[in-house]
Amino acid sequence: MRSMKSSEGVPGSCPCARVEIRTDTDIVAARQKGREIAMASQFAPADATLIATAISELARNIVLYAQTGEVLLSRVENGSRVGIRVIARDDGPGVADLDLAMRLGYSTSGSLGLGLPGVKRLMDEFEITSAPGVGTRVSVLKWRT
Amino acid sequence: MEVPILKQGEYLIASIQSALTDADLLQLRDVLVAQVGRYRSRGVIVDVTALDVMDSFATRTLRDIAHMIRLRGAETVIVGIQPEVAFSMVQLGLTLEGVVTCLDFEEGIAYLDSKKGGASTKVGSKVRSRT
Repeated sequence: MRSMKSSEGVPGSCPCARVEIRTDTDIVAARQKGREIAMASQFAPADATLIATAISELARNIVLYAQTGEVLLSRVENGSRVGIRVIARDDGPGVADLDLAMRLGYSTSGSLGLGLPGVKRLMDEFEITSAPGVGTRVSVLKWRT
Repeated sequence: MEVPILKQGEYLIASIQSALTDADLLQLRDVLVAQVGRYRSRGVIVDVTALDVMDSFATRTLRDIAHMIRLRGAETVIVGIQPEVAFSMVQLGLTLEGVVTCLDFEEGIAYLDSKKGGASTKVGSKVRSRT
């Protein structure tokens, strides 16, 4: 199983919410839940939007490629820092070429890839574990500014 | 959830009220493209002020709306993209290139008015006499 981390993850508190992802309606539910938790943790509305957008992209990948999966949302505290962790996981086919997926972004030609580089830019921490036949787990975290 | 679409003269105004699912966006696309034909509209304004998140699918669908409507002879303007939404879009590399965007509804109308071809009479302007 290949795993790519941009930085070490911080242990999170128990999940605030779990949203099952199956349809496009669930994508909306997941990102609204994310915004709700971010706002409840006093994140700036702009940062709540970033978190909601990242959730939307990750949840859509689940719908498109894995059919079902889940999004776990949790509040993380590390000393005085407060963050929101989003874990999007599924038992789908997995990403065959992680290197390629992390290079492919959105292009004007319409080829989209998985949008993972974009999600990584939106968040402060990014970690993906995926392999064909095993499923995919993407964990991202945004610290409150 | 259906997006309310108003007809204002030669323009159609679609005001997105809240978070739309992917299916809602596709329905909006199809309805707008059909209505441009039914009402012979020259311009379409899609107001996304209330759209909380503009992700890759929403961006792609709005771009498709603009291109499809242009193929039918009308101009589309996207208005009301909020600052944090604009930031997220740029981080995701979603630029809406090739799609006209304006700050708000008023600017959108002004843009469409400026694109209108043909003669129009403004109140207060002098009428040229033909010789």
